Amino acid sequence: MKLKLVVATATGALALAGGPVGAIDLTVVSWGGAYSQSQINAYHNPYMEMNPDVNIIHDESSYEAVAKLRAMNEAGNITWDLVDVVAADAIRLCDEGLAMEIDFDNMLESAPDGTSASEDFGALIISDCYIPQIVYSTTFGYRTDVAEWEGREPNSVCDIFDLESFPGKRALEKRPINNVEWAIHCTGVPLDEVYDALGAEGGLEKALAKLDTIKDDVIWWAAGADTPQLLADGEIVIGSTYNGRLFSLIEEKGAENVKMLWDAQAFDLDGWIIPEGLPQDRLDATLALVRFATDTQRLADQAKYISYGPARMSSAPLVGQHATLGIDMAPHMPTDPANAKNTLIYDYKWWADYRDDIDAKFQAWLAK
Amino acid sequence: MATAPGTIADAPEGGAELRRRLRRSLRWQKTRALLLIAPLLIFILVTFIAPIADMLFRSVENGIVSTTLPRTVAALAQWDSRADELPGENVFEAFYLDLSIAVERKAHTRVGSRLNYESPGIASLFRRAGRALTEFDTGSYRDHFFAAGEAWGSAEHLAGLFEDPSASKLLPETANAFRAWHGRNAGRNRPVADYVYVSLARELDAAAAGNELDGLDGPHARSLADAAAGVGDIAEISFREAFVEASEGWGERDLWRTIQVFSPRFTEGYFLNAVDMKKGLDGFEARPDNERIYGVIFARTLFMSLTITVGCILLGYPVAYLLASLPLARANILMILVLLPFWTSLLVRTSAWKVLLQQQGVINDILVTIGIIGDGNRLIMINNQFGTIVAMTHILLPFMILPLYAVMKTIPPSYVRAARSLGASSWTAFRRVYFPQSLPGIGAGCVLVFILAIGYYITPELVGGTKGIFISNRIAYHISSSLNWGLGAALGTILLAAVLILYWVYDRIVGIDNVKLG
Repeated sequence: MKLKLVVATATGALALAGGPVGAIDLTVVSWGGAYSQSQINAYHNPYMEMNPDVNIIHDESSYEAVAKLRAMNEAGNITWDLVDVVAADAIRLCDEGLAMEIDFDNMLESAPDGTSASEDFGALIISDCYIPQIVYSTTFGYRTDVAEWEGREPNSVCDIFDLESFPGKRALEKRPINNVEWAIHCTGVPLDEVYDALGAEGGLEKALAKLDTIKDDVIWWAAGADTPQLLADGEIVIGSTYNGRLFSLIEEKGAENVKMLWDAQAFDLDGWIIPEGLPQDRLDATLALVRFATDTQRLADQAKYISYGPARMSSAPLVGQHATLGIDMAPHMPTDPANAKNTLIYDYKWWADYRDDIDAKFQAWLAK
Repeated sequence: MATAPGTIADAPEGGAELRRRLRRSLRWQKTRALLLIAPLLIFILVTFIAPIADMLFRSVENGIVSTTLPRTVAALAQWDSRADELPGENVFEAFYLDLSIAVERKAHTRVGSRLNYESPGIASLFRRAGRALTEFDTGSYRDHFFAAGEAWGSAEHLAGLFEDPSASKLLPETANAFRAWHGRNAGRNRPVADYVYVSLARELDAAAAGNELDGLDGPHARSLADAAAGVGDIAEISFREAFVEASEGWGERDLWRTIQVFSPRFTEGYFLNAVDMKKGLDGFEARPDNERIYGVIFARTLFMSLTITVGCILLGYPVAYLLASLPLARANILMILVLLPFWTSLLVRTSAWKVLLQQQGVINDILVTIGIIGDGNRLIMINNQFGTIVAMTHILLPFMILPLYAVMKTIPPSYVRAARSLGASSWTAFRRVYFPQSLPGIGAGCVLVFILAIGYYITPELVGGTKGIFISNRIAYHISSSLNWGLGAALGTILLAAVLILYWVYDRIVGIDNVKLG
């Protein structure tokens, strides 16, 4: 590996130590782990091979990107060049003026058939500052060897709330997002109306009342790795997590008694923002990298290493096989038609408005 | 080396000289001492005192509303928020101007996010209004000025006008609006934005009414007078209607009330929020039941920190006693065992507790195997308060053992032997002789453990479940997720105050001089 994994504090020193004359260091921030590795394999390594004068430094600070970008902005010293964040964070960063506005058609590559970038990304462009990269989903994994289930298997998200047919501990994320949507859906609201129902008078209370029915049987997780561990140890019988984590548990680690429940999976996006206020030379270099890393082929390449769907429509037919397992990746994509029969489309704008308020109420409910 | 001052004063000859030299040498000593501690002093100032001061300041600071919406704030001051009516047209017009300038500077969504903390939904109102502004039917203002002279359509003319100090003084707000526009659009060959003309009409009208135009001279007096003629006859549009048409939310009094309440530069709003209260129409009021969390979590944080401290004393005291009384070689081995957790990552230790305590974990498995509990009634020991207390007691234990050990090492064993030889039972000897001498160690350990525990964050997050979370978890949420740094700062300030009060109480009861770290 030619790469250097360097912590953020060292980047300044590295910039001074420099490589060849005229070389430029770009600090790319992402989530670390298997996800960063898929980006390194699909984007950064090929790019650095083609452009020896560019050195990409990896930083794994996406968890705290919003706060750090604001702090950098206040200090007037932006040390990051390209940051991987989820859509909700991108909206916040855009609102706060911390992320640069993107001119999709001029800054990004068109699809091979000439479709403009903005059309190719289509409805996934949810903010002026955000270049979507992958579609991931939060969905459920369950154990197939639960004796009390007497051979039944859950096939609907509402089975989470059915303690009689599917007794046992469940794992849900320790935040309101997705949970309140599933809960209100299971009170009889169609998936495409959940946000209207939640926004209506008493809507949230109704969702929390539904969650109340299983509250004593829920383990609340805070890290994406929790649910796979709890499932593997038999600590829970069913639990929500990111689909890539379940793929890794079931396919890569070969957990035979765990299956996926795709019903009402909640789609979300992950993608790039460029911090506002970069000096011109770094901005140019970053834009060149982004143009490469978000083209049709590169987005499809990433799916070789992780089971997240590419955000461009034109990338979908190019998705191939897993780089080491050799299995077809398409059936493991959340966007695969067989998996996406019934999906929850996450309403970013709605959450941007109500997240803090609902979070306060949700935490109050949890603490009771 | 102290020299009594008397001796110098008594010296008849050279006394003054001696005094001077002594003063100089003392001053030099002081400077040297100061220089020696200077690096530490500067370090503490920069990394400790300054951030805390900044945090205290952020918890009340609220400049963003009045700096982004200055005209609106001024206009809203006249509005009676108890009245049944919406603010007047002048407020909406001022708001149109403020918002247009804010959009130009990309500040409108920031002020929207700020107000969204107080009243959910405002963020998207600001975001949407920012897009809708250009659709407002403000052509009549522009047309008036175009009719008054072609030059009014040129950015260069306006730039020239506002370089003239007398014009800038006469029309300060328009100068400000034009500069906002010019800053973003200079040299791009775009038509001047309508809000500049709206502002111009508004200010010229007021200036004409006050006869301020009469005494004006200079190169632009003529053109201004021309433009001012008939400015009152412009077919004004209703900005209120335009806003309400863009989003109904602008027609709600509560929204304007929120802007009015949070317009001062400093606010107690964050602190109110941090104690589950809010500012209502009639002063402060408690939040509805389903939004109250911080009181409960503060109480829980204190309770659990105290429990953890007591747990550390109970477990740490015997270990420290053993350490202090064993022969050195064996004590050293034991010491390594005490220190070992220190060298292990916090996350690893916490995860280890998960493996031990979970329902399918080691302890439950053992209990089931030896038949103490049935397979159906496995104990729930993690993801609750119990798990948090166990994991944190383990993690903080060395902070109790080390000061205790250091103090116990200094207690001469002959005291207890003397007590025993004078007839005391071993319990009495311990209680009356040994224990009182080890108290300073307990004191130091308690302060260390309690203060570390009260600010703990990672372990409660991982094993705390719903009832084991600490106030730091909420602070972290507000710092890194919601970006509501004001509320995070207010919670932090309250936590700091609570610790200082407890420290004071501790000092009164135990006495801080009675604390020894070794």
